[in-house]
Amino acid sequence: MPKRTDIRSVLVIGSGPIVIGQAAEFDYSGTQACRVLRAEGLRVVLVNSNPATIMTDPEIADATYVEPITPEFVEKIIARERPDALLPTLGGQTALNTAVSLHDSGVLEKYGVELIGANVEAIQKGEDRDQFKEVVAEVRRKTGYGESARSVICHTMDEVLAGVEGLGGYPVVVRPSFTMGGAGSGFAHDEEELRRIAGQGLALSPTTEVLLEESILGWKEYELELMRDKHDNVVVVCSIENLDPMGVHTGDSVTVAPSMTLTDREYQILRDIGIAVIREVGVDTGGCNIQFAVDPADGRVVVIEMNPRVSRSSALASKATGFPIAKIAAKLAVGYTLDEIPNDITRETPASFEPTLDYVVVKVPRFAFEKFPAADSSLTTTMKSVGEAMAIGRNFTEALNKALRSVEKKDAPFDFAGPPPGPGEKAALLAKAAVPTDGRLNTVMAAIRAGATEAEVHEATRIDPWFVDQLFLIKEVADELAAADHLDPGLLAYAKRHGFSDAQIAGVRGLREDVVREVRHALGVRPVYKTVDTCAAEFAARTPYLYSSYDEETEVAPRERPAVIILGSGPNRIGQGIEFDYSCVHASFALGEAGYETVMVNCNPETVSTDYDTSDRLYFEPLTLEDVLEVVHAETQAGPVAGVLVQLGGQTPLGLAQALKDNGVPVVGTSPEAIHAAEDRGAFGRVLAEAGLPAPKYGTAFSFAEAKNIAAGIGYPVMVRPSYVLGGRGMEIVYDEPSLAAYLERHAGLISEHPVLVDRFLDDTIEIDVDALYDGEELYLGGVMEHIEEAGIHSGDSACALPPITLGGHDIKRLRASTEAIARGVGVRGLINIQFALAGDILYVLEANPRASRTVPFTSKATAVPLAKAAARISLGATVAELRAEGMLPATGDGGTLPLDAPISVKEAVLPWTRFRDIRGRGVDTVLGPEMRSTGEVMGIDSVFGTAYAKSQAAAYGALPTRGRAFVSVANRDKRSMVFPARELVQHGFELLATSGTAEVLRRNGIAATVVRKHSQGPGPDGERTIVQLIHDGDVDLIVNTPYGTGGRLDGYDIRTAAVARGVPCLTTVQALAAAVQGIEALTRGEVGVRSLQEHAGHLTEARAR
Amino acid sequence: MTAAHRGQESPAVLVLEDGRSFRGRAYGATGETFGEAVFSTGMTGYQETLTDPSYHRQVVVMTAPHVGNTGVNDEDAESARIWVSGYVVRDPARVPSSWRATRSLDEELRRQGVVGISGVDTRAITRHLRERGAMRVGIFSGDRVADPDAMLARVRVQEQMKGADLAPEVATEEAYVVPAAGAKRFTVAALDLGIKGMTPRRLAERGIEVHVLPATATVEEVYAVRPDGVFLSNGPGDPAAADLTVVRAVLERGTPLFGICFGNQLLGRALGFGTYKLKYGHRGINQPVQDRTTGRVEVTAHNHGFAVDAPLDTVADTPYGRAEVSHVCLNDQVVEGLRLLDRPAFSVQYHPEAAAGPHDAAYLFDRFAGLMAEHAAQTAQGAQRA
Repeated sequence: MPKRTDIRSVLVIGSGPIVIGQAAEFDYSGTQACRVLRAEGLRVVLVNSNPATIMTDPEIADATYVEPITPEFVEKIIARERPDALLPTLGGQTALNTAVSLHDSGVLEKYGVELIGANVEAIQKGEDRDQFKEVVAEVRRKTGYGESARSVICHTMDEVLAGVEGLGGYPVVVRPSFTMGGAGSGFAHDEEELRRIAGQGLALSPTTEVLLEESILGWKEYELELMRDKHDNVVVVCSIENLDPMGVHTGDSVTVAPSMTLTDREYQILRDIGIAVIREVGVDTGGCNIQFAVDPADGRVVVIEMNPRVSRSSALASKATGFPIAKIAAKLAVGYTLDEIPNDITRETPASFEPTLDYVVVKVPRFAFEKFPAADSSLTTTMKSVGEAMAIGRNFTEALNKALRSVEKKDAPFDFAGPPPGPGEKAALLAKAAVPTDGRLNTVMAAIRAGATEAEVHEATRIDPWFVDQLFLIKEVADELAAADHLDPGLLAYAKRHGFSDAQIAGVRGLREDVVREVRHALGVRPVYKTVDTCAAEFAARTPYLYSSYDEETEVAPRERPAVIILGSGPNRIGQGIEFDYSCVHASFALGEAGYETVMVNCNPETVSTDYDTSDRLYFEPLTLEDVLEVVHAETQAGPVAGVLVQLGGQTPLGLAQALKDNGVPVVGTSPEAIHAAEDRGAFGRVLAEAGLPAPKYGTAFSFAEAKNIAAGIGYPVMVRPSYVLGGRGMEIVYDEPSLAAYLERHAGLISEHPVLVDRFLDDTIEIDVDALYDGEELYLGGVMEHIEEAGIHSGDSACALPPITLGGHDIKRLRASTEAIARGVGVRGLINIQFALAGDILYVLEANPRASRTVPFTSKATAVPLAKAAARISLGATVAELRAEGMLPATGDGGTLPLDAPISVKEAVLPWTRFRDIRGRGVDTVLGPEMRSTGEVMGIDSVFGTAYAKSQAAAYGALPTRGRAFVSVANRDKRSMVFPARELVQHGFELLATSGTAEVLRRNGIAATVVRKHSQGPGPDGERTIVQLIHDGDVDLIVNTPYGTGGRLDGYDIRTAAVARGVPCLTTVQALAAAVQGIEALTRGEVGVRSLQEHAGHLTEARAR
Repeated sequence: MTAAHRGQESPAVLVLEDGRSFRGRAYGATGETFGEAVFSTGMTGYQETLTDPSYHRQVVVMTAPHVGNTGVNDEDAESARIWVSGYVVRDPARVPSSWRATRSLDEELRRQGVVGISGVDTRAITRHLRERGAMRVGIFSGDRVADPDAMLARVRVQEQMKGADLAPEVATEEAYVVPAAGAKRFTVAALDLGIKGMTPRRLAERGIEVHVLPATATVEEVYAVRPDGVFLSNGPGDPAAADLTVVRAVLERGTPLFGICFGNQLLGRALGFGTYKLKYGHRGINQPVQDRTTGRVEVTAHNHGFAVDAPLDTVADTPYGRAEVSHVCLNDQVVEGLRLLDRPAFSVQYHPEAAAGPHDAAYLFDRFAGLMAEHAAQTAQGAQRA
């Protein structure tokens, strides 16, 4: 039975901004689904507030709404588009929750929209703890297997405390209902912990509900990915085993596919339970993920949870098996059955089968604790990782070692270079390994090197003995490497087969990495490339989805057309996320259209770039020099290679540029020398000097004395940072000499090796970001973004507007001229991103990045021009003029000459505050600074700034309030600029609350404000509540709290963390307040409309033609 | 690439009859062995595979790289011994990990004298067999490693699988009874052509007392147990070489008949269809089979090198009335099941007893029980009328 004919248009809801627990995997899934639905001839209407996605590219859907994913906005879209159906299972928890809310409010019924893919009843059954327990009980009645952990549902703290008794005491697990990525869950070992975790959980849960559960810590943990069609055919796509046993969120665990330590009997029991669960829950069509815990002592199976939708795990399973879950889910949703859908990879066999693997897949999470030094870094059932890398090998050791180097952290791969820890350290290392943390495997390896036995490691960590043995195997390989007289081919091949990198071998042997590589090449020890084919070679694969292995036979096919090898951006991390994947995917599309054979290299399973459909060939490989050189070698053997593209994947490939060139690899686009000219402080200084452009004064210091002198010369405040860092790591603004001394003391370790850069901090300036294309002759100014927050806040964390709202034509001209001078001086061929600061009338150059920037997708969408595609073409020799003639770039003008009635786009950053707590369980401070900490972004687009800003806030944090109580407490330097926006708030009907100092200023300016007690003052004699209590009680609707430079800081900290806990909008700069006031005004004025990107683009194109 | 797998084990060589060879390390017993090279794609269930009599005289290449992770236990074997003639794996486990394991696979292979090889590119071998078809192979280790030409010559003198009558070599010599679990509803005579232990268990679970008879059992011996139904098991070898007397007699008498795997091929031949050797067979636990009466797809366990040649889309006339293809493999349209429309007989080419594999097709045992119940009712009615 083919597809349904009664559905003509489908609304797809995306997942919104990248946050921890809900990341790029939904772009991958959503893009696949939208493409499939369009190919089926359906009109696809999409809503997603995240501009950095391929999914929101105008060609992916028929009508793309970059609007907030809230029931209110989605209803407006439904009213406008009148879709026949809504597919809610591809946009994570956000989409599912929005769909349920639209159902509950009657909107779907009102407009006659049918939910497809999952019905509300199934969603409830899967997600509601009580109902799911019933499901599991029923499954046990039917299959004889599976049970729930003993548990109790609680709605109040009293119920929580009583519940613990019933479960047999501590420890217990707390899980709030209906939160994504397990937000707010954790283990409580005593009453204090329980009160804290359950208290927050009750607040986080939209239904004020938490589940308390018996502890199954240390059990084996598994996941199955299943699919079901309308004929009740069910297949298990993939099994995943967590190396970290129960107790660590699966998103934070090292996971392995397929499962390694189950017999067929036990595996089939999980399969039977899984199938029974999907039927019992009633997922009509589509995918679902089910998690299990298995008692290693007797095989007792506890069914932990199920997600009736595509998920991070389903993206991983798709990449791990070659079975595209989201794509097939979309086809099933419109009526196909599994046997009617061909397997893309074999083309001849159907999708109604279960993939079988002849390789091992390992996923390793990537964390960002260095960005949140105050946060507790132990791993729990709340997900904390910001990204992941996946690796494929022909065995576990190969896959694990590849995965560990794929996460691109210096200390992630096992290091056997130094002497082993002494036996005396064994006990301490084992004790440390008992607590799951980022890098626990390295601690385990250190314990093994210190002489721990397999039994001791298992006892401490509960890691399955088979995995423990594999770690011992890796250590034994290292020992053999160390003991050998010389590196012979057999030994090298043996080490390579267990995944050792040239760098690791070099470490063991005390050699240089390039020397090991030379020896290895001379001895003819090179990897082969095998295909991911879903069927363990039973059928021929038509899709070149490849991974390296040190095995015998390679499967790289020869080709005729010249290839461009595009290096991706590796695991998502703060500062380098989905935006770079977006640019790589665009390059692949553009170069494919231009006649090149596109070859993608990346190791991030969440992304569109690692979809086997995106490029002509996909190498799922780590992005290290060694791995990239081997891919280049293999492709050079296969046919002509036009070059390697490094400028679109962010800092990861850019960092390889020079070494690639040194190894004779053609790097296309901006040359490694040009990259150096932009990145090296001295070289860049010369570029600026030649162009006559001012940069803020700065100096380089190797000691406090030097730093003190430089700072005195520049004048406080100054910005200080270690010289080698990226993404603003360790960067701080210091306001006086004692703070400078304290900074240097805190970073003493870093500074002993690298000097400190001391920059003039441009207080009270407008910061501007520019993305531009340069072909050596002509500059195309892609877009000019004006930051809403002042300079000093990392550009990634700052909101910005495009076109700039306060800059005039004269400013744009200066920006264009400066950009062109820098692009020419540096020698850019492709994209460049420059940050400027406008202080008074002086335009300072802060920094230049000769690569695609984080803002490229935003700029491209705001101006309806595909900048990354153009950059890829320019890298391979096309000119701006040619691209204008082709129509890829506008015939005339650029992103600096947008028509006056062009829509205004606002980008807002999304920050992961709720995810992190310090070791005492308190939230981390939310103040923005020079170090980037946002995980994602949203875009608000409308005809005027106020509305666009209001939309960006609604999309990022929840709607701005239009009435109620606003609390205002600002630093002295902000008091003057606060007066006007505060007055407007009152005019809009807000009641102002303020601490005494701020209230005094307001009253003197004729603005009524109620004085409230500071947190530090404590409650008043008559029980008057402090501001923190008021926030916690839900009596404050808007918070304006700017941090004081020094002193008074603690009070602000408590206010801001309370705001995060209660989800109250909290503005931490006066500039944001001013923007918010405009937003509130727009909201108050009435109807805020929605408009698709295609309509905006049509409008722009028309205006440009005028 | 040399010395792919270091350690104590001695070198070993795998030699295919077309001359391609792979060097690795000895695994299990040391020595030499021969058989038909086949690959199995299951990721779990190596213990069941090794002990499945259908693998008699075959050298099994495991496509899953890690084998032996859960060791060997006393519960999962499908027969009393390992039947494969040789075993090819990439990365054998060094320690077993399972609460049910009693010993390691390596130990078990040595104990039973099964010669294996590890550390070879199993995917390359699999691709070779896929392109060239199943073929004879030898594994040589220890002092049996010799000059390549000499080893190849040894491989080329081995017997071919085509035309081999192997069921008598693997079947029980003495009849035995597996009692019904719970109340007994039926008696079934099961012809052991290489039966797996799970099959009588699945029958017994449905109230069936199973009389397992030697492959050589006569018609008289079959009917001596007064069967309500007759079961034809799986087994090794070429169905063209098997004797069909019993099958024909059962069809003649109209006794309910159910066949699995080799049993399906025997039913097919008795009906007058041909059988043929597949290029490289179906061996795995992920094969999509469509039940053509319901349209439903089941994921099934397969282990067959031969298949029945029957028309897919027409009802065929046979000496025993009309017959149709009831099940088909969606990967390659191979006949996976037969059904007589006028007599109570059906069979499938795959393994509803699973072990190893998914339980999707377990309903077929119910179908057999249903057939026997229906037949018993009709017989009773007939007796009444008479």
